[in-house]
Amino acid sequence: MTNHWIDLKNADVILAMGGNPASNHPISMKWIMRAQEKGAKLICVDPRFSQTAAKADLYAPLRSGTDIAFLGGMIRYILENNLYFKEYIVNYTNASFLVNPDFKGPADLDGLYSGYNEEKRKYDKSSWSFQKDEEGIVLKDPSLEDPNCVFQLLRKQYDRYLPEKVSNITGTPLDKLLEVYKVYGSTGTPDRVGTECYAMGWTQHTVGTQNIRAMAIIQLLLGNVGMPGGGVNALRGESNVQGSTDYGILFHILPGYLPTPNASLVDLATYIDKTTPKTKEKGSLNWWSNRGKYITSYLKAVYGEAATKENDFGYPWLPKLDVGVNASWLMIFDKMLKGDFDGFFAWGQNPACSGANSNKTRVAMTKLKWLVNVNLFDNETASFWRGPGMNPKDIQTEVFMLPCCSFLEKEGSITNSGRMGQWRYKAVDPIGQSMPDGEIINDLYFKVRELYRQEGGANPDPIVNLSWEYGDKDAAGKVKHIDIHAVAKEINGYYLEDVYDNKATPPKLVGKKGDLVGSFALLRDDGSTSSGNWLYCNSYVTKEGKPVNMMARRGKDDPTGLGLFSGWAWTWPVNRRIIYNRASVDLQGQPWDPKRPLLKWDAESKKWLGDVPDGGAPPMGISGGLPFIMKPDGIASIFGPGLAEGPFPEHYEALECPLEVNSMSKQRINPTILIFGDEMDAFFSCDLRYPFVCTTYRVSEHWQTGCMTRHCSWLLEMQPQNFVELSFELAKELGLNNGDTVVVSSGRGEVKAVAMVSERFKPFRIENSTVHQVGLPWHFGWQFPEDGSGYDSANLLTPNVGDANTMIPESKAFMVNVRKA
Amino acid sequence: MANDTSKNRKAILVTPEACIGCRACQVACKSWNQLPAIKTTNNGTYQNPPDLASAAYNIIQYSEVPFKENLVRWLFLSRRCMHCEDAGCVTICPSGALYKTAEGAVAFDRDKCIGCKLCVTACPFDVPRYDGEGKVTKCHLCFDRIANGMDPACVKTCPTGALKYGDRAELIDTAKKEGYTTLYGENDLHGLGSVYAFKEEPKLYGMKENPAIPSSVVFWHNYLKPLSLIGLGGVVAAAAVHYLAIGPHKEKEEEV
Repeated sequence: MTNHWIDLKNADVILAMGGNPASNHPISMKWIMRAQEKGAKLICVDPRFSQTAAKADLYAPLRSGTDIAFLGGMIRYILENNLYFKEYIVNYTNASFLVNPDFKGPADLDGLYSGYNEEKRKYDKSSWSFQKDEEGIVLKDPSLEDPNCVFQLLRKQYDRYLPEKVSNITGTPLDKLLEVYKVYGSTGTPDRVGTECYAMGWTQHTVGTQNIRAMAIIQLLLGNVGMPGGGVNALRGESNVQGSTDYGILFHILPGYLPTPNASLVDLATYIDKTTPKTKEKGSLNWWSNRGKYITSYLKAVYGEAATKENDFGYPWLPKLDVGVNASWLMIFDKMLKGDFDGFFAWGQNPACSGANSNKTRVAMTKLKWLVNVNLFDNETASFWRGPGMNPKDIQTEVFMLPCCSFLEKEGSITNSGRMGQWRYKAVDPIGQSMPDGEIINDLYFKVRELYRQEGGANPDPIVNLSWEYGDKDAAGKVKHIDIHAVAKEINGYYLEDVYDNKATPPKLVGKKGDLVGSFALLRDDGSTSSGNWLYCNSYVTKEGKPVNMMARRGKDDPTGLGLFSGWAWTWPVNRRIIYNRASVDLQGQPWDPKRPLLKWDAESKKWLGDVPDGGAPPMGISGGLPFIMKPDGIASIFGPGLAEGPFPEHYEALECPLEVNSMSKQRINPTILIFGDEMDAFFSCDLRYPFVCTTYRVSEHWQTGCMTRHCSWLLEMQPQNFVELSFELAKELGLNNGDTVVVSSGRGEVKAVAMVSERFKPFRIENSTVHQVGLPWHFGWQFPEDGSGYDSANLLTPNVGDANTMIPESKAFMVNVRKA
Repeated sequence: MANDTSKNRKAILVTPEACIGCRACQVACKSWNQLPAIKTTNNGTYQNPPDLASAAYNIIQYSEVPFKENLVRWLFLSRRCMHCEDAGCVTICPSGALYKTAEGAVAFDRDKCIGCKLCVTACPFDVPRYDGEGKVTKCHLCFDRIANGMDPACVKTCPTGALKYGDRAELIDTAKKEGYTTLYGENDLHGLGSVYAFKEEPKLYGMKENPAIPSSVVFWHNYLKPLSLIGLGGVVAAAAVHYLAIGPHKEKEEEV
């Protein structure tokens, strides 16, 4: 989240689109309702009338996978009706930037941008660039009238998104569509703020990243980014998923969103040079120019004393991706199916039910020599060899089960959607042989290290050189038990020697050897500091000679009344509660809306009051300091040339869709997605065998694949079986009654479900024909309940195609059939 | 039967408009009361268990009603014991198993229950259930928690404030100030301990109109209960009186 949970109460309009806060983030509704009590409007846009819709002031249905058409129409509405916040977009975004005249967009090229290579399904992005003067500074037109300026190009692209056309694509009734635009568009004034809450309903599409880009553009046009009650807010569906991405669980990033090195980045200097963004814009802090400090401090945390200036601080030991290799989920299982892996650790996950096209995932695991399942329970993954359609005799995979304990049985931090690291304590001891994950890793590490030391083997350095100072050691040098505080402190980082500020005369001591570093602004690139994750530097600090765990703080003061609670736990970065907060003030540093004084420049003391400011420079009108410090140009990107499919979002249909033609252009699907072409990767568009649009979702009562919740009989009592929701109209066509057992099938598999026939689903009117939409949750699996009464996973149906940027699978829009079982 | 708890009477205020149907209340109740799970099936609705049961003291009732603005309205209603001031079940209970607490909760003493099921017929809201051993069960407003200054488990867990617990008069007063026009249970049966705040007609949500205790219960209380306590063993008396006052006993199907 750019903002945080409590901040939802500060909004005037809340758009719940791409998520279902009432079912999947119930606590968010507490704050949304606080806003509603003060007169705020909750808008719900969803293919089905969800629990959030039930609480909304305004509900608009849309066909799964058409969010960009919907939002593109909103961009047009905002521009046509002059609802945008001009002062904000001129100063704080790249709306005024002049784009290379060679750049062409979908309005010129029938759905494509300039530079497309059909064979490679890739763009040459060289024309997606800005015009610059001889100094390298971008040319701008603050009047926003130049035909090549971002603002005019935006207008040109979205002029095509006429309400009637959008309604024909999305199936949203025209009056509802315009009402949503009107209500949300009302937040473009300084004294009104709108927020957006999304989750997997936006990300799990072939155009997932662009869905969110579209909303980011809207929020920037309306001046809603950086504001209390504003922002673009990813409601995380798992208590610590924010933490997992912060710590680099994805293949393309190291902790703190440092890019994973690839083989072309041969040494540390090259890595820093090639991955550090550069800018000539005056006033831009370009915070990522600190890359060298962060990667060096990271390497010092990982390799400790073994990391020296002479050996490039151990950079050669970091794993490198081959150039151009994508190592995301879908690719891993594709390679597994092809026999490219011997072994697989399924750690805290259940791919046999969570992976798109689960049949492919399940068959892929039969190709493994060994599989280790680290989980609370045996699950459909660990037991894949005895699952439906499997013959154990034919499967050679050796499966190990390492029982780990639950969050209640260990101490440590979790990071919630609001970027808040909160310390938790152990409530009870682990049951049986189960252990905290940290202990499992500890045992594993020392065993692997021992083998490397004894047997050598290929490339032992990355393992034997690891720093592992996490607690008391036994006679053999093994850490007996992980001290989780030692881990947290290493993540924050230490001064490894006395560090001086040499600019002062005489040089001033900044940090004493052995002390925890107080902030990432103090990290160094000379090996004198360590930090396992620069974003978390300041989470565990030395105060008056003693270590203080900032994440364990429980202060309850809220002086601004905006719900910042800055003394409660700790938020990255440096306890900033709302990021981009310097966009919440005018050029003189005064809040756009005096009723929402998130940040305020006090001219007398020359200090910012309120939240921790995004960069400490005085207001832009005084210092010229630009507000979006993480962006190379210091301003927010309405024109965003970084993504695979274009600098603005364009509507494309899902890989599987009910339409032969994309009404917006000749280009039916995202032109840059990777299409897997093997037998197990089937997809079917406009195929009579699979005529209905389908989506998947979660319910309050279960969690993810249900591995934890299906074992809780109280939860199973409330949601005992897989179900598929459909309209009365479709049920009549199919001769189905409410409660009938049905089979839902796609080109990849089928799953049983109970038919839930409801007024909450309605057929869509799409381009003068009727399109039915159905949906089902993905919490169930064949293994438990043991009698099979819960049925199996909805991911047996979903296609293994991913977003062109992130490769997140498209689980939210695909085609199915439904028949009576 | 009004008693002198009225002055400091506590209550649960249910505001269905604020309920999101997350059902944390159903789980919290089972957890605090350590109730066994019920083996259910999906019957084409989110509502499960389908009705109150011996192991389900509260449920969220889901209903879809037509609406001119949208396709439909989806309403969530927390159902549970109403904790009537004039509680028919307490009145008719021959063994004293059902009783009123100092806070105004209608609680039960399982050991005293003789399994006569008179309370079932005496309840205008179809609340009391019988467990596998023939003993009465139902929501008791977490009498053990509230006696120790804690909120009932369901209230404690409710994320949105759809369930509130506190001083009954204050809760009603606040709800009125917040614009709730109908306080269901404010005066019914001398005032319910589960009060529902609505801005619309309660019957839209399926609330019973004009709830009343069956007249036979009054008859029993005034004439037969004193006799039974004098002359006969409880079960025999209850059975006899049941027949006289209400008619032949019908077994209610139980899930557990």
